[in-house]
Amino acid sequence: MSSKQPHRSPGPGDLAIETTGLVKTFGENRAVDGVDLAVPAGTVYGVLGPNGAGKTTTVKMLATLLRPDGGEAHVFGHDVVREADAVRGRVSLTGQYASVDEDLTGTENLVLLARLTGHGKKAAYARAEQLLDAFGLGDAASRQVKNYSGGMRRRIDIAASILNTPDLLFLDEPTTGLDPRSRNQVWDIVRAVVGHGTTVLLTTQYLDEADQLASRIAVIDKGKVIAEGTKGELKASVGAGSVHVRLRHAEQRAQAQEVLRLALDVPIQLEPDPVALTARVGEGSSNGRGAAEQASLALAELARTGITVDNFSLGQPSLDEVFLALTGHPSEPQDPGPQTGQDRQDRQDRQDRQDRQDRQEAEATR
Amino acid sequence: MSTATTTEAQDLAPVRTESLAELLISKERPPRPSALSASLTFGWRAMLKIKHVPEQLFDVTAFPIMMVLMYTYLFGGALAGSPREYIQYLLPGILVMSVVMITMYTGVSVNTDIEKGVFDRFRSLPIWRPSTMVGYLLGDALRYALASAVMLTVGVILGFRPDSALGVLGGVLLLIVFSFAFSWIWTMFGLLLRTEKSVMGVSMMVMFPLTFLSDIFVKPETMPGWLQAFVNNNPVTHVASGVRGLMEGEWPAADIAWSLGWAGLFVAVFGPITMRLYSRK
Repeated sequence: MSSKQPHRSPGPGDLAIETTGLVKTFGENRAVDGVDLAVPAGTVYGVLGPNGAGKTTTVKMLATLLRPDGGEAHVFGHDVVREADAVRGRVSLTGQYASVDEDLTGTENLVLLARLTGHGKKAAYARAEQLLDAFGLGDAASRQVKNYSGGMRRRIDIAASILNTPDLLFLDEPTTGLDPRSRNQVWDIVRAVVGHGTTVLLTTQYLDEADQLASRIAVIDKGKVIAEGTKGELKASVGAGSVHVRLRHAEQRAQAQEVLRLALDVPIQLEPDPVALTARVGEGSSNGRGAAEQASLALAELARTGITVDNFSLGQPSLDEVFLALTGHPSEPQDPGPQTGQDRQDRQDRQDRQDRQDRQEAEATR
Repeated sequence: MSTATTTEAQDLAPVRTESLAELLISKERPPRPSALSASLTFGWRAMLKIKHVPEQLFDVTAFPIMMVLMYTYLFGGALAGSPREYIQYLLPGILVMSVVMITMYTGVSVNTDIEKGVFDRFRSLPIWRPSTMVGYLLGDALRYALASAVMLTVGVILGFRPDSALGVLGGVLLLIVFSFAFSWIWTMFGLLLRTEKSVMGVSMMVMFPLTFLSDIFVKPETMPGWLQAFVNNNPVTHVASGVRGLMEGEWPAADIAWSLGWAGLFVAVFGPITMRLYSRK
C-alpha cells in the first residue's frame, strides 16, 4: 500500500504464498503429502479440512517453524527454508492455542512482543495500550492472560499478531472453541485486517467460517488438496442448490413435506427448527427444470394447498455438502449413510454434540 | 453505557473497528532489535514470571538455607571439631553446590515452557535465535544472585567470617558466570527430553556425582587416588576452590582460569546443540 517501503508492495496479481509438492512426514505418517497452493496477495484464503488433515502442519512450514521434507514453499517470493529470516519479517502467526504467555498480563504480553519487533520502550507501551483499547481489552490490561475468557484470549492473540501490520497473517483455527458471539467478533477483526491489505491464510474446520471469510478455498484431506477454487466454483462443482422454506404453523410441516416431495420429486429434509424444511434441487435432481423454476413451482404448490409460508429462500449448497461430495465422507469421521433427511439430521445432531465436546476439551486443556 | 462497564469476562467490550483501522493503517516497521536488546527483553520476561509467581523463589531461598544448616551441623563436629570452624571451609563450597544444583530448574522450566503456544510465536519472529535461551539464563542469573545472598547471610549468622568483602563479591560473580554457562547443559536436556520428569531424572544423575565428588565437603587428600583424579579435575572443584580462595582474600588464579575455561567450553559445546534443537523443535 504505502510506497515508503520499497520491498513491500504486493500488487493484486502477486502471490503471497506459492507451494509446490510440499511434504512433511512424521515417521510413517505423511501429514502433508504433496500440497500445491497459490494464494493471491490481499485476499483471505481458506484451508478447509477436518482434524488431522494437515492444516496446522502446512501453516507451520509456511511460518518457518517446521522444515519441509519435500517440495518448495515461497512466501512473497522468499524460500521458507533458505530465506527463513526474510519470511519471518513479513508474517505473523496466531496458532491453534493462544500464542501468548499465560503468566503475563495483557499489557506485558504486548509490550514484550512490541520490544521484540523493535519498538522502543515508550513506543511499545503506547502501542500496547492502543491495541488493548481497540480490541476492547482495556479493562483486562493488567490481568494475567490465564484469567482471560476464550474470546479474550483470541483477541489478545490476534492483537499480538498485528503489532506491526503483517503482510501475511496465518490464522490457524482462530475460532475453535469459541461461542458464536465471540466467533462473530473474531470474524469482524479478520475482515478489518484484510481491509487494510494484509493477506490472510485461514485454516478452519468450520465450513461456514470459510464461507464467511475466504474468497478462495482449498479443501484438504489426509495431507492432500482435494479441491481448490472460489466458493462459487466449489459449490457449482456439486451442482445443486437448496430451497429453504419456513412455515407459519409447525403442525403443517408434515403436510408440506408431502406436498413438496410430490411436486419436486426429491427427498425433503426436516430442519431442527420445527417450522423449517429444505429441499435439494438443481441439475439432474428432477424432471429437467432449473433450480429457480422448481422453487417457484414448490411455492405455488404450497399456496394451492393452503399452507402458509412465512419465509422462503433459494440457496447454494453449504460447504458441508461440498465436503461430502468431494471426499465421499462427512467432514467429521462418522459413519457415512444414505443421504435421507432423517440421516442428515441425525448426523447434524451428532456433529453438534461433537463440536460442543471439542470445545469443552479445548477449554479444559487450557 | 452502564452495561459495557460490567467487570465480568463474559461481557466483553466490543472491538472498536475505527481504532483498529488507525492501528492497521501505519505500516511502519521499526528496525529489528539487536541481539542484546532481544536477550534483555527475554530476561525481562523471566523477571515478570518471578513477579507473578513468587513461589518459584522457594528453591533459591528455603533450599539453600536448609543446605547450609544441614551440612554445617551434620559434618561440623566430626570433620572440623565444631560447626563454627567447619563453616569457614564449607560455606563457599556449599554455596557453589546449591547454586549449581539450582541450575537444573532451568531445564525443567524450558521443557514445560517450550510446549506452550507462545514459543511458536517467538520462533516465528525475525530476532537473534539464541536470545530466547539467553533471556532465560539472564533471569536465572538473578535467581543465583539471590540464592547467594541468602546463603551468605545465613552463613554469617552461623559464624562464617570471610576475609575480604571484595573477594566475596568476586566469588559470587565467578559462581554466577560459571552457572550461566553450566545451564546450557540443562537448556539442551530441556529441549531434548520429552517430559519434565525425565529432565529431573537426568539432572539428578549428573548433579549428584558432580557436586558430591568434589572438594566441597572435605579436602581431597584423604581420598583414594582414582577418586582424587576425578575430584581434582571436576569443574565444580575448580569453582569451589576459586570461590573459597577469593573469599579468603587470595587470588587463586589457576582455579579461576580453570573455572572460566570450563564455562567457555560448556557454552561452546552445549550452546550450539541447544540452538540446533531449538530450531528443530
